[in-house]
Amino acid sequence: MLHERRRYAVLRRVLLGLGTLLFLVPFYLLVRGAFSTEADLTSATWHWLPPTWEWGNLRAVFDNPTVPMGRALLNSTLIAVSQTVGVLVLSGMAGYGLARIPYRWSNAVFWLITVTLLIPAAVTFVPSFVLVSTLGWISTLRGLIVPGLFQALATFLFRQFFLSFPKEIEEAAALDGLSWWGTFWRVVVPNSGGFAAAIGTITFIGSWNAFLWPLVIGRTPDSWTVQIALSTYLTAQTSQVSLLFAAALVAILPLLLMFLLLQRWIVQGVERTGISE
Amino acid sequence: MLARLRGRQDVNLWFWVFVGPFFAGLVLFIYVPIGWSIYLSFFEAYNTVTPTEFVGMANYRDMLTDRAFRDSLLTFVVFAAFIVPTTFALSLLTAVLVARTRVMQAFFRSVFFLPVACSYVVAALIWKMSIFSGMRSGVANALLGLVGASPIPWLSLTDPPWYWLVIVSARLWLQVGFYMILFLAALQRVPTNLYEAAAIDGAEGWQVFRHITWPQLVPASTAVLLLLLINAFQAFDEFYNILSGFGGYPPYARPPLVYLYYTALGTGQNFGDGSAGAVILTVLIAALALAQTRLLRLGGRD
Repeated sequence: MLHERRRYAVLRRVLLGLGTLLFLVPFYLLVRGAFSTEADLTSATWHWLPPTWEWGNLRAVFDNPTVPMGRALLNSTLIAVSQTVGVLVLSGMAGYGLARIPYRWSNAVFWLITVTLLIPAAVTFVPSFVLVSTLGWISTLRGLIVPGLFQALATFLFRQFFLSFPKEIEEAAALDGLSWWGTFWRVVVPNSGGFAAAIGTITFIGSWNAFLWPLVIGRTPDSWTVQIALSTYLTAQTSQVSLLFAAALVAILPLLLMFLLLQRWIVQGVERTGISE
Repeated sequence: MLARLRGRQDVNLWFWVFVGPFFAGLVLFIYVPIGWSIYLSFFEAYNTVTPTEFVGMANYRDMLTDRAFRDSLLTFVVFAAFIVPTTFALSLLTAVLVARTRVMQAFFRSVFFLPVACSYVVAALIWKMSIFSGMRSGVANALLGLVGASPIPWLSLTDPPWYWLVIVSARLWLQVGFYMILFLAALQRVPTNLYEAAAIDGAEGWQVFRHITWPQLVPASTAVLLLLLINAFQAFDEFYNILSGFGGYPPYARPPLVYLYYTALGTGQNFGDGSAGAVILTVLIAALALAQTRLLRLGGRD
């Protein structure tokens, strides 16, 4: 029996090691490409390490006038930050109201919110485009930011979270004369940091990596996000592959750093979503 | 209790103060567009988002008799048939492997979860330009070269359709980690006394998984399958970025969203047909999702 258990352990380690290799190699290829010369990347022989390290690619990415990378980084940052803050405030408040305020129609409202989860956001891009273009918001930051502020999933998760929040603390606050508003901002919010951080990081990642909506709405180069700028490089004829890798590294670095720093929150957030219960 | 403390009359007001801003936005940006889209699907609307001429069900007939639209649904079926079971199996496998590992568990979890931070565009770039580039210098072709095989043009062949390997492997890399976390969370909730009881009965390895772990994972599996299906239906980013090049997008392997994108926002700007297509897809995905939850729930009851 002991023998058999050891065999499982060996097999497990081999599989995990193999998986680790497979999962990390693409990141390595990205870094390798970003610091290679164009000639080395397209040469007939494969090198695990670039024969000559090219440090100028990163600078060249920002000097390219046809793909304004600096502007794209600024746009992506503005969009991701404002959507994260907006979703936390809007969904946090709505989740609390749905969880705690015993309004007659709150079940109906909750149902109307939850049912939109079944409709994939991407399938509604044609109607949403129609609306945003009627509003005259094409190629504007407004058009890129505002429709993404209303995330039914975040509201749903906040509601579940607030349902499990200890009621006694809120009752004590109410006895002290705090209104719903005061209770929420002064008692509930300060005690929801971990969960809000989880929802916030997930929103930030989704917003930074979004592709279809920015592709549809951002029609002029100065309204491009990082992902669109990158895609433009990728589908253009004249692009240099090494520059493309450098641009991708620029696009992924802020997120990767944040991800490594906040990983605990993200994992906790996904685990606490309760989707898998 | 809370309500009594604060008096009933304020409940209406406060509910809408908290929920109102979000709900108004949701109505404006989800319900209004969908309503408008259903309306628009009965009209001609070329190059404009305002309806011009009422055509009844003609747009729906256009879409349903359109070979390319039906092909896009077939593409989705093929794609889902590859991606759903493979992602499911691999994320479950990694979750079980990571859960049983005491040493370096956080490290392995991070490694598999890290690609979740990566966008489909970046992954498409690595896959298209580095791993599966048709050149000798591509990783896949370099590996083939080691065993003496000649290089394969992975993306420009339709027979055999190697591009599926490129598309599917990119998505696997990106999403396995996310579903692994869902399974890990479910695995951690399995009561340890069940495992102790199994150990006393002398159960080992596969038997433990089959009779103890798996039954506890059924609810998580239902959620994972549903999410996988909805996400497969939304596939756009990697198809668009891997397959389209300077010459445009090849006619094969257009999943529904790519097809819809080119119908509504391509050169034709056909918003009537595009809206009808969006309605058909919405109905399809809702029906599939409902059927799947019903089926799995029935299965789980046995």
